[in-house]
Amino acid sequence: MAVKISRAKKNSIKKNKIRDMIDGWLFVLPFVGLALIFFVGPLLVAFMLSFKEYSFLDSVTMWQAKWVGFNNYINAFKDPTFKKALINTTIYSIGVVPVQLVIALALAIVVDSNIKGKTFFRTAYYIPTITSTVAVAVMFLFIFKTDGLLNKILVFFGLQPYNWFNSIHLALPSIMIMAVWSSVGLYMVIFLAGLQDIPTSLYEAASIDGASKWQKLIHVTLPMLKPTIFFNLVVSLIGTFQVFDQAYVVSKGNGGPLDSTMTVVLYLYRTGFREFKMGYASAIAFILFVIIFVLTLIQKKLFGEENRM
Amino acid sequence: MARKKKISLSRIVFYFLLISYSVITLGPFIWSIITSLKPTSEVNNFTVNFSTLSFDNYIFLWKKFPFARWAFNSLIVASIVTLGNLLFNSMAGYALARIDFPGRKALYLAILAMMMVPGQVVMVPTFILLTKLGWINTYKGLTIPFLFSLFGIFLMRQFFLSIPKSVEEAATIDGLSRFGIFFRIVMPMAKPALSTQFILMFTGNWNSFLWPSLLATRDNMYTLPVGLNSFYGQYFQFWDQVLAGVMILSVPAIVIFLIFQRNFIKGISTTGMKG
Repeated sequence: MAVKISRAKKNSIKKNKIRDMIDGWLFVLPFVGLALIFFVGPLLVAFMLSFKEYSFLDSVTMWQAKWVGFNNYINAFKDPTFKKALINTTIYSIGVVPVQLVIALALAIVVDSNIKGKTFFRTAYYIPTITSTVAVAVMFLFIFKTDGLLNKILVFFGLQPYNWFNSIHLALPSIMIMAVWSSVGLYMVIFLAGLQDIPTSLYEAASIDGASKWQKLIHVTLPMLKPTIFFNLVVSLIGTFQVFDQAYVVSKGNGGPLDSTMTVVLYLYRTGFREFKMGYASAIAFILFVIIFVLTLIQKKLFGEENRM
Repeated sequence: MARKKKISLSRIVFYFLLISYSVITLGPFIWSIITSLKPTSEVNNFTVNFSTLSFDNYIFLWKKFPFARWAFNSLIVASIVTLGNLLFNSMAGYALARIDFPGRKALYLAILAMMMVPGQVVMVPTFILLTKLGWINTYKGLTIPFLFSLFGIFLMRQFFLSIPKSVEEAATIDGLSRFGIFFRIVMPMAKPALSTQFILMFTGNWNSFLWPSLLATRDNMYTLPVGLNSFYGQYFQFWDQVLAGVMILSVPAIVIFLIFQRNFIKGISTTGMKG
């Protein structure tokens, strides 16, 4: 009798295991299928192409195209336009990331506190984030034009008007201003979610110890927010290194004036889809990948191992 | 008394800064909307002549240019991609969080690894593949490759990890199958996470530019961002019309956000997006 029950039990456990296996794979099947066809496959092909000389317009297929070893990678680092794109993207990232995160954190702390019109301010600050980068770029071109609103305001305050997007010195900073303006809202909202997860008991304890508002910020809020700060830093850095839309719209796709708005992804786009140097474009894509990967690892080290992500 | 006065002064400064920043974020929209309602001759005037404001530019764009078609394309593409993502990301996230199947750990690690790869890396081969399939300038090409999101799966997994096991156990005793549990019990519980993903996915795809500009090269298949960019390229001296186009592109996404924003921050919390 006892043996029978345990066998039945064993059978049902086995049955459950099989059912779990079938269910599990059925649930992930749509994703796995799509990912293999549209991500993993193309990723492997991109890696292969990065060691080949291949143009879409060639008569040979990409499988038959000539292997060139590391030439695409070597040429990239000799290519002055790519160097310029790397420098521009780095400047862009170093300028944009800290500014947008500091503003986002300050705004999050403010709209998390007890103020009137909280919902209005949150929404008002978030709206640029949900606006298309193309729309934002066009609006900024209008407001930043030589006889536009911004220059009118500058002149009103006795300052000098500038030719923002047509100057080799100001075009990239203008895109940086645009980027900060349009993405602060996203990081603010994520900080806000992080702030709301900090237990109020911690603040109460700090109050009992006689901590000032400022001390609470330094000793409670910021340490508790560390995982959120790490998350935002990673997302912001990855995002800035992939800047494309704004630079494309502002420069009509050519990265001008004089490559001053050329970014890595814009250059990838140009080599791959305008000049059809698809092997070379793939090599640039993998260089971008390595940069983002290394930056993420560095941040992980800096922020300690206890963070997930 | 003196103390109270000091507080109210700091409050004034505080609110002044809050309002100033909302002027910075909303100002460009307000200025652009006003300009889009002006006739071309008044674009460079910094005064607003209310008697000349009209929706003529919008009607003009809608009738004389394919803006209606582009808006339709954007709506179709963003809707299909968003719905597909909500379903497939949730299914995958649920399986990874709750079903004990062989290969689960490896799959999760693979997702984390793939999340590190920027999308631009697969752009060239995917473009070649879609060309070979004849999917350039089709809705298939604009939607099917984008029906899943690694990040979305990650978020849904985080969410499903947070709901108690007892919920599913009770449903199993009641005789519900796995699919029954998923669609009738678990998905309704996931509303905050789903509405957050809905906002991010819909607005993200509505606004998406780089991929559609590769995959839609004929102007009847343009989405609004691609269409607006091409319109701007040709009509950049007509700022009233261009800015009307900007509003046709921006306003729907903003409206969707305003409608669905109620659970937005809560959703970000529950999906573990804050880190």
